[in-house]
Amino acid sequence: MTRDLRVQTGYALLLTFLLAASTVLVRQVDRIRDDTSLQEVLYIPSPKVVKRLSLGYSGLLADIYWTRVVQYFGTKHRAKAKEYAILEPLLDMTTTLDPKLLPAYQFGSVFLAQKPPEGAGDPLAAARLVEKGIRENPGEWRLYYDLGYIYWLELRDPAKAAEAFERGSKVPGARTWMRVMAAALAAHAGETETATYMWTNILSSSDDPNLRANALNRLRCLQVDAEVKALQERVDAFTKQNGRQPSGWQELISAGLLRRVPTDPKNNPYQWVDGRVQLAKPDLFPFITRGLPPGHDAGDIPGEKGFKVVKNLNQ
Amino acid sequence: MMGRLAAIAFNTYREAVRDRVLYNLILFALLIVGSSVLFGQISLEINRIVLINLGLTAISLFGVVIAIFIGIGLVSKEIEKKTLYTVLAARPVRRWEFLTGKFLGLVLTLTVNALLMSVGFFAAVMYVSHGLGRGDLQLVTAIYFILLEFVLITALALLFSTFSTPIFSSIFAFSIFAVGTFAEDLRGFAQMAHGSTRWAMTGVAYLVPNFAALNVISQVAHDTVVAPKLILLNTLYVLVYTGAVLTASVWIFERRNLK
Repeated sequence: MTRDLRVQTGYALLLTFLLAASTVLVRQVDRIRDDTSLQEVLYIPSPKVVKRLSLGYSGLLADIYWTRVVQYFGTKHRAKAKEYAILEPLLDMTTTLDPKLLPAYQFGSVFLAQKPPEGAGDPLAAARLVEKGIRENPGEWRLYYDLGYIYWLELRDPAKAAEAFERGSKVPGARTWMRVMAAALAAHAGETETATYMWTNILSSSDDPNLRANALNRLRCLQVDAEVKALQERVDAFTKQNGRQPSGWQELISAGLLRRVPTDPKNNPYQWVDGRVQLAKPDLFPFITRGLPPGHDAGDIPGEKGFKVVKNLNQ
Repeated sequence: MMGRLAAIAFNTYREAVRDRVLYNLILFALLIVGSSVLFGQISLEINRIVLINLGLTAISLFGVVIAIFIGIGLVSKEIEKKTLYTVLAARPVRRWEFLTGKFLGLVLTLTVNALLMSVGFFAAVMYVSHGLGRGDLQLVTAIYFILLEFVLITALALLFSTFSTPIFSSIFAFSIFAVGTFAEDLRGFAQMAHGSTRWAMTGVAYLVPNFAALNVISQVAHDTVVAPKLILLNTLYVLVYTGAVLTASVWIFERRNLK
């Protein structure tokens, strides 16, 4: 090895060592600093000022802010945070910098609406964000659907939900089922029927594999809820007729109330425990409200996009 | 005359492409374009939008930086090296020909740079979108507007370099670029003023180069069509405004004592 080569190698090794040492030190510094001091700062709170400072390159800044939203939400979500203090201002900043950035309205509203720790638990802020999106992009029927969805499932306001679906159904290119949704909600139809109708339409009209998988999952859960209800009714009918509970499914089959041992949509037989119909594997159906074993929480209703977002962030 | 202009322009181009800083900037811009593919993946649902915003912003900003840093030295370097007087005195070259040739040479350099960066940018778009479609023609329009932006800023850098030092010229050029991005706001402010202030502000607002209308990056990122009339009017505007700036440059340069 020549002297020159030795010197060059020495410099390279020293540089590598110093850079590695600085990385280790930064990690140590991060560990002792309060997490919030790094996260919960907007730096410049006014979206209009940031837009002016962008010198016309506001699209790129919006992308940076949107990435910050995703990272902020992901970090908080993983930490099961109860508070998402700067989520709404960050989304406002993003959508002011680029009012056409549709994912910011669609996914941002899910981040805001879902109950903690799944989201900020602020469906009113979510509705405000989507209304802003509609003002900026009146031709996007999907945003009216998002708004209707928030009013229907998060704010439990079917009248406003019907109004949102109705407004959206008039946008050129809107799916025909938007009008039916508006009519169903306006007529205060049963929630299960309306939900089944909506998820069936999403399944048939969407090309997104994540949305389709989630719609299928939702429909299976609705099917489970309906089946558990029907089975429980038959058990109750048997109990009323005979003055005692049946000993198992076989007795109901013998009595002509069932044709075979009932199974859930994943082909697992329904359980019969202490007079209650239950699922053998309730975790396979995250959104069911019936047939849950005692102590097992009912699934929240985070929505199709929420499901997708959470799935993506957890990958 | 055309021969002399072409000779000066080509020499300026040759001199510029010898500058190592130029290659570093192009490489850096290409790295940013490439990194936008990764940047899109840590975000959500905006891979293509990020690529277009980041890629075109890199091409635009790096081009503006190159235009200013080379543009401000075009005249002052010649004066510093004592070559300007030799060229103008010993050869049949007029001052306006020298200045226009320098301007054309730098525009040629920037066009070649922008094309090189665009090749990298379109390769990244093809990678993210799995090919190119008819809608991607809008990206070409955005790059064309970026080239128009370079023409304007080069003319302005050249103007400042005819009467100021390189440092002040670069400060002036960056400032006027920043102010030019507010051109539409300035006209809005002027409308809100009253009396003579309104007239003065309107005058200033129209004198400032209109860089705002040349930036359609956000628009094309969302596949919004750029109106053909805007392409025509922007082209005419840049030609007329550049003509005005070059006239002012030649006027100042003609009056300068170079001995």
